[in-house]
Amino acid sequence: MLYINCPHCGMRSQNEFSYGGDASVKRPELNKEVSDQEWDNFVYNRKSLRGKHLELWQHISGCRQWIKVERDTATHEIFRTFKSDEEVA
Amino acid sequence: MTQAFRIENGGLINRHKKLSFKFNGKTYLGYEGDTLASALLANGVHLVGRSFKYHRPRGFFGAGVDEPYAVVQLFRNGETEPNIKATEQELFEGLEAKSVNCWPSVNFDIGAINNFLKIFLPAGFYYKTFMWPKSFWYRIYEPFIRKAAGLGVASTKHDKERYEHKYEYCDLLIAGSGPSGLASAYAAAKNGAKVILAEDKPRFGGSLLTSDVNIGNQSGKDWADGIVAELKTMPNVVVKNRSQIFGYYDHNMLVMSEKVSDHLPSTKKYHPNKRLWYIRAKEVLISSGSIERPIVFGNNDTPGVMLSSAAKEYLKVYSVLVGRKPLVFTNNDSGYETAIEFKKHGVDPVVLDSRKNSESEIIDEAKNLGINIKNSYVVVAAQGYKKVKSADIASISEDKKQLGKIENIQCDCICVSGFWTPTIHLASQSGNKTKFKEEIDAFVTGQSKQNEITLGAANGVFSLEETLKTSFTAGSELSKKITENDNKIPIPNVVEKKSSQHDKFWCVPLPKGKNYKRFLDFQNDVAVSDVEIALREGYRSIEHVKRYTTLGMATDQGKTSNLNGLQLVSEIENKVVPAVGHTTFRPPYTPVSIGAIVGREVGKHSKPTRKSPMHSWHEKNNAVFVDAGVWLRPRYYKRGNENLFEGSKREAKNVRTNVGVCDVTTLGKIDIKGPDAAELLNRVYTNAWLKLPVGKARYGLMLREDGIVMDDGTTTRISENHYHMTTTTAQAANVLSHLEYYLQLVWPELNVNVVSTTEQWAGAAIAGPKSRDLLQKLFPNSDVSNEGLPFMGYMEGDLFGVKARIYRISFSGELAYEVNVESDYGNFMWEKIIEVGEEFNIQPYGTEALSTLRIEMGHVAGSELDGRTIPFDNALEGLVSKKKDFIGKRSLQRSAFIAKDRQRIVGVVPLDKQTSIPEGSHLVKDDKAPLPNPKLGHISASCWSVEYDNPFSLAILKDGKNMIGQKLFAMSPLKNKIIPVEIVSSHYVDPKGERVRS
Ligand SMILES: [Zn+2]
Repeated sequence: MLYINCPHCGMRSQNEFSYGGDASVKRPELNKEVSDQEWDNFVYNRKSLRGKHLELWQHISGCRQWIKVERDTATHEIFRTFKSDEEVA
Repeated sequence: MTQAFRIENGGLINRHKKLSFKFNGKTYLGYEGDTLASALLANGVHLVGRSFKYHRPRGFFGAGVDEPYAVVQLFRNGETEPNIKATEQELFEGLEAKSVNCWPSVNFDIGAINNFLKIFLPAGFYYKTFMWPKSFWYRIYEPFIRKAAGLGVASTKHDKERYEHKYEYCDLLIAGSGPSGLASAYAAAKNGAKVILAEDKPRFGGSLLTSDVNIGNQSGKDWADGIVAELKTMPNVVVKNRSQIFGYYDHNMLVMSEKVSDHLPSTKKYHPNKRLWYIRAKEVLISSGSIERPIVFGNNDTPGVMLSSAAKEYLKVYSVLVGRKPLVFTNNDSGYETAIEFKKHGVDPVVLDSRKNSESEIIDEAKNLGINIKNSYVVVAAQGYKKVKSADIASISEDKKQLGKIENIQCDCICVSGFWTPTIHLASQSGNKTKFKEEIDAFVTGQSKQNEITLGAANGVFSLEETLKTSFTAGSELSKKITENDNKIPIPNVVEKKSSQHDKFWCVPLPKGKNYKRFLDFQNDVAVSDVEIALREGYRSIEHVKRYTTLGMATDQGKTSNLNGLQLVSEIENKVVPAVGHTTFRPPYTPVSIGAIVGREVGKHSKPTRKSPMHSWHEKNNAVFVDAGVWLRPRYYKRGNENLFEGSKREAKNVRTNVGVCDVTTLGKIDIKGPDAAELLNRVYTNAWLKLPVGKARYGLMLREDGIVMDDGTTTRISENHYHMTTTTAQAANVLSHLEYYLQLVWPELNVNVVSTTEQWAGAAIAGPKSRDLLQKLFPNSDVSNEGLPFMGYMEGDLFGVKARIYRISFSGELAYEVNVESDYGNFMWEKIIEVGEEFNIQPYGTEALSTLRIEMGHVAGSELDGRTIPFDNALEGLVSKKKDFIGKRSLQRSAFIAKDRQRIVGVVPLDKQTSIPEGSHLVKDDKAPLPNPKLGHISASCWSVEYDNPFSLAILKDGKNMIGQKLFAMSPLKNKIIPVEIVSSHYVDPKGERVRS
């Protein structure tokens, strides 16, 4: 079970969180013309990469904040965690 | 029964407490402190089971967790459990056990015929033999294998035992209480670290219980007892015996199974049977010791052949002689220690040492005791079927290829020592890159991935002095990092006998003309010849060889077989062992009861039960409850002998003619506040929200980004910047997360807060033509007329002194209102409604009547909004704004979603107006068409229309828009029904929606 550092609450076990997928996906702006391909990429197409991955988790049984977690999908190592509005350098 | 093989004195058993137990129906006696294995051996019982494949007789091979054979079915306090190792099961009064894997009995086993049909069962036999003809699998092969194989029978009864889960955090978790575990625990504890020390056996001390050493001028065992006693007094230390750490998971989470009650005749009141510990440790010290490995020779699975360390343990811990004429077969000094123990107890052993000559303090002691030692000698084969009677032995050449003349020697047990294999399972599970250590012919731990360190014999260090030194140091260094204390512990002086180098020898060659089975894996019956076949057939990867031969795949996970298997593969392949590599170790290290894994989450406790504030009223009024997600809701209120159909029909009818009241507390409620609240709703819902006036409610539809309907509900504008959103009961949590996602991540610029208020409000829906009259009496000071409170209107009112929110919304399609009060007043509100409603013939109605009412009105609910439908499918495209953008809008342009013959909701009526259509039935054009009959749609919800007094269903039907008036068939193979039906409008009752506005 992963041990995730919630930037708001501290170290918490994975069973307090729910997974939210790739954090690098950007929703196309509202009221903007979006091509089929662009929309497809936003809704369906994910890289499923091996290695460092920036992903979303919600601290659902805690502060209910969505956070960003930089995790290695192969080793499960967590490098850094970020608040939802924090810039990831 | 006498315990003929029990020695008079010594041992760690309690001779004052005799225990009687049954094995295969026969009664025996043992002592408190015995295991089932030691008690059986004390009674001279060596035959305990049959092997998995060939059903060869099997005895005891080890004395603990490494045991591959002695797996029994246990009976305890009216319960039964399979797959119990007799070597681990502690004896208790009244214990009953039976052999497994033999039918009809252990002494006469029909499956043993497999032994003579060897051609039938070579390596890969599962894959080759049972592949064809295909039809034979279900009828012949599978039933045969099931009958003949297996390691016992799972109970079919409900398990009465209780299992608990526990979460724990510590600085240092120490696995194993041998010398390294005790030393490191002690050092860390003295530095003030929070320590958990876990020992899988009942007794602490590990190898110190059986080794002949001195630590700090006392025996190893006394030293261990002293350390454990002191640790137990320290508040920062948890010391646990009977506790196996079986899994090492991510981020230093380890799981331990504590056997709380297995050693007792029955579980004590309020105690669990087992307790599963989830431990998050800052540092993990693995001191799991090592397991002796066998030497491979002919018929090495005969009962009476066992590990020399096991024979020594039975002698020193349990005072049991495993034989009176022992033969010790060794390639290192450990065998001598066992021989010396035998000799000290008046039994004359013969030692066969594969080494040409070897000298050490231990060997000198053996020689001084006059033990018969034969160097350059090996056991070629054990003789005897159900028990060792003699051994064929021979001298062996220095290159270990040539055997001398075969001699037969009488013996009643063969104690084997092929040196030691460190137990690296936990480190390997943690991701440690293990490496092969040439000096000990085994793998040890290498680079750690997590915060873990392996010490002592588990790390291939077999000198006690070095083990204690490194373990004291590791314990204090690691704890110092955490607690910043530095209490220096003096390392006690150690007296131990030095051993000589072991012989790199693991398998005795076959003598000319002999074809003995030489087993590598004792539990799965994998012999040397099987691995040879696998390699001949082209399997190279050790992982493939493992699966093809099943080597190391039994419940013992190859604890005694893996390394010998690797040696064999490397020898045939002419590679070194590290190049072959070992197979992956996965948790659990030992079998874990399913009950322990499930814990308390069984039956009623598998999920929380949520009840509305009016629950006790429902109970008192004969409500029959139904699970609605985690909520308990009244399905109907039983009157007299009414069944569900009659009761729900009565309730629904009363709503249509008078007035009914329904508990709708379970609906999800979300409070939304902030200047941008309207903008959020406008983006989240498909319809327009910017112009909703204060005091008005609106029905809204929510999509996922992929265009599928996520949820629906009404949202009311309470004041300028304050909205009250309702969701379906099932989607309440998801919708909240969904809103939080967009507010926190996508549109953080929106100034809005959302919070769940589901549990803060109790809700009652009042529905029916007389509902306004009732409402007026409930709120005499409010104007609830059609003008004062129009359809989709909202107002606050005073319910006999309690503040209430009144919404004019309707799910039933009747004139209806929903009244909310703070939860604590829920019951008060309910009783008032019932009391005041009496003159209007009010009746409470449950979810069944609620469904009936919404179905015949064609209102969609969860069975239509099933995660596969878009607004059009639900005839809700009118709610989809063309002007503004919203979540999921772009997806609605997908070609499948705008197809001409897109599926759509319809009504379905059986032609006979009698037969109810089962939910889930498929709609087909031709009931006689060959299978697979093309499916046009499915029945999503069915009811008995109270308006027309005949069955009515809703369906999602292909091209539903153009199917009204068509005749189809509803087919339910599950219920074996074919029903001719007519497709009608989904709005079966009041299609213009006049009643809600009346
Ligand atoms: Zn948090």
